[in-house]
Amino acid sequence: MKMTFNRVLLAGVIASALVAPSVLAAETLKIAYIDPLSGAFANVGEAGLKHFEFVAADINKRKLAGDVKFEIVPFDNKVSPQESLNVLKKVEDQGIRYITQGNSSGVAGVLIDAVNKYNERNPGKSILYLNYAAVDPDFTNSKCSFWHFRFDANSDMKMEALTDFIAKDPKIKKVYLINQNYSFGQAVSRAAKEYLKRKRPDIQVVGDDLHPIGQVKDFAPYVAKIKASGADIVITGNWGNDISLLIKAAKDAGLNAPFYTYYGGGIGALSSMGDAADGKVKQITEWHANIRPNKTEKYANAFDAKYGGPPANISFYYLRVNNEMYMLAKAIKEAKSTDPKAVAHKLEGMKYEADTGEVEMRATDHQLIQPLYISTAAKAYHNPKDPKTAKFKGTDPEVKYDQDDSGYGFKTDARIEAYVTVQPTSCHMKRP
Amino acid sequence: MEFFLISMLNSISYGLLLFMLSSGLTIIFSMMGVLNFAHASFYMLGAYFAYQISGWIGFWPALAIAPLLVGAVGMAVERYGLRTVHKFGHVAELLFTFGLAYLIDEAVHLIWGRSSVPYAVPPSLDGAAFTLFSTEYPIYRVFMMAVSISMLIGIYLTLTRSRIGLVIQAALTHPQTVETLGHNVPRVFMLVFGGGSALAGLAGVIGGNAFITEPGMAAAVGPIVFVVVVVGGMGSLVGAFLASLLIGVIQTFSVALDYSFVNLFAKLGITIGPNTPLAALWDLTISQTAPVLPYLLMVLMLIFRPKGILGTREG
Repeated sequence: MKMTFNRVLLAGVIASALVAPSVLAAETLKIAYIDPLSGAFANVGEAGLKHFEFVAADINKRKLAGDVKFEIVPFDNKVSPQESLNVLKKVEDQGIRYITQGNSSGVAGVLIDAVNKYNERNPGKSILYLNYAAVDPDFTNSKCSFWHFRFDANSDMKMEALTDFIAKDPKIKKVYLINQNYSFGQAVSRAAKEYLKRKRPDIQVVGDDLHPIGQVKDFAPYVAKIKASGADIVITGNWGNDISLLIKAAKDAGLNAPFYTYYGGGIGALSSMGDAADGKVKQITEWHANIRPNKTEKYANAFDAKYGGPPANISFYYLRVNNEMYMLAKAIKEAKSTDPKAVAHKLEGMKYEADTGEVEMRATDHQLIQPLYISTAAKAYHNPKDPKTAKFKGTDPEVKYDQDDSGYGFKTDARIEAYVTVQPTSCHMKRP
Repeated sequence: MEFFLISMLNSISYGLLLFMLSSGLTIIFSMMGVLNFAHASFYMLGAYFAYQISGWIGFWPALAIAPLLVGAVGMAVERYGLRTVHKFGHVAELLFTFGLAYLIDEAVHLIWGRSSVPYAVPPSLDGAAFTLFSTEYPIYRVFMMAVSISMLIGIYLTLTRSRIGLVIQAALTHPQTVETLGHNVPRVFMLVFGGGSALAGLAGVIGGNAFITEPGMAAAVGPIVFVVVVVGGMGSLVGAFLASLLIGVIQTFSVALDYSFVNLFAKLGITIGPNTPLAALWDLTISQTAPVLPYLLMVLMLIFRPKGILGTREG
């Protein structure tokens, strides 16, 4: 016991040494990273943090924001809305003016409200909220805010693209929906039904399950239900362990229907699904390691060299984190100021040449319009000439990289151009 | 018919896994009166040890070695921690195991990282055992059931037929007498705690690759294990066995029931629309509530039969 305790202590000392600001530049811009760093979703939050720290170091090195240095300050919100409000208080007290968050739309909704209120009461000290992953469509429609910018495609945009892809396949007649029972899961289920009805009225929705988030250990009963329904495909917005356990249970029962997912390639998902994912799991994302052409390859390799090995085993995943931070740097440079209001005005309508093509931060609702990819999990390519691929078993050279050291990667099915993903918005933004 | 049979098999195998998880806890509680909050953490340790060992020398040796290692950790905890805390009473013991759970969690974070580890089912147990109509039933689930049942029989025989089992039982009610007869009672307790932890470790070896080996796995199974023990009756091994199966059946079959109050009221001629008061509640289907039903069962059990299915103590 004593040894364990010492280890914890030692790690604490090392961690605090790492967190301490290392650069004392003319101006250091602190960005509060608010996501789970403990509890069931700690792995996801930890991976996000590494992405932010890595890109901040890149921005500082290349002076992309001029003389302004970025510093990421991590805060643990345990994916709890209540805890997030406490964290926001701390952020306000420390005078940090930028926050970024991504995991769970439940948290994001609360943060948007709180930031709006705070900015109204403290006009000179406003806070800007950069959202990298919470995809509830409301945030850029009925709940849209001048102080909120979303860098991920929202769940309706992704569903539009997924259903376009599904509609083209005449063999699909029966669709099963299974989602987590909270705002995002419900949004996925609603959009899937609505869009399929519009595009392919002959497709039957044979099941629509909502289950509590993070509570289900054994998905075998759900899989038995899917099997009994005779579904051709399954659509799910599940993330974290909820997706991995679902796919594993499906493989165990010999369910052949492919899964159309949002987060089938999320952090750690492929390593826990393993063989069960091969050829079965499709995902819609803004990037994956085997897209062609892949302008992010060098960057991703540098990231993987740092974090790809044990114990972290994280591959580069969030291109949108890079887009967010590079666009922020560009806005600061253009505004010649780090004042959130001035920066927000520069971000509105900004066009930026991202690695996957031109993206645009739509001014009307602060939703980033970007190209998307649909891809399928496959065994990574075993290249006899490259010793690094010794443990890979795939035969398709297109699947060059695996993810999270799992031996599995993704192969592109379709690229969806940015303009195709555009959706109307009901946002009437109040500008200060 | 196919759906019913598969669901029945699923519920039995899930129930048996729950039993594997909770048997150690119930033994420790009935023998020592310690409610071990770190029990699920021992389950997690079992999974991680098995992952590490199976990477070196394969799954089968890990199946034997990992639970023994967890048992050794458990014994060390009892010898150097719990025994000292014991004299301050049950609250101190409870708090001790509570803190221990956090320490084990953090240790796992430090050693194996925060992400999941690729601990996979061995190839010899991967695949279908048999096909029922059109659904395959995995070998691994059959294996899980076999281990669980042999565990029940093994524990039962050890406690009732073996010499050490008799000493343990005697030490419970008459510790002084047993000590006078020359038996080392603290050592007996150490063995019981180690044995209980080893059982949790064994469940971890088997549950870890059936599900996911990740640092959150202890927190995920922690509450349900207590439900099993409370419903089965504090300290009753057979009660825990029945409760596990009951919970397995409830949880599995309720997933299939897409009925809500809206359907019920519709039968009575009342329509419920989105504007009805409490619409969200009436619209909730049984399948949506499936994962929380065991907790409802626990609450009802505590109200109407506090000693559980086969428990002997009141309240």
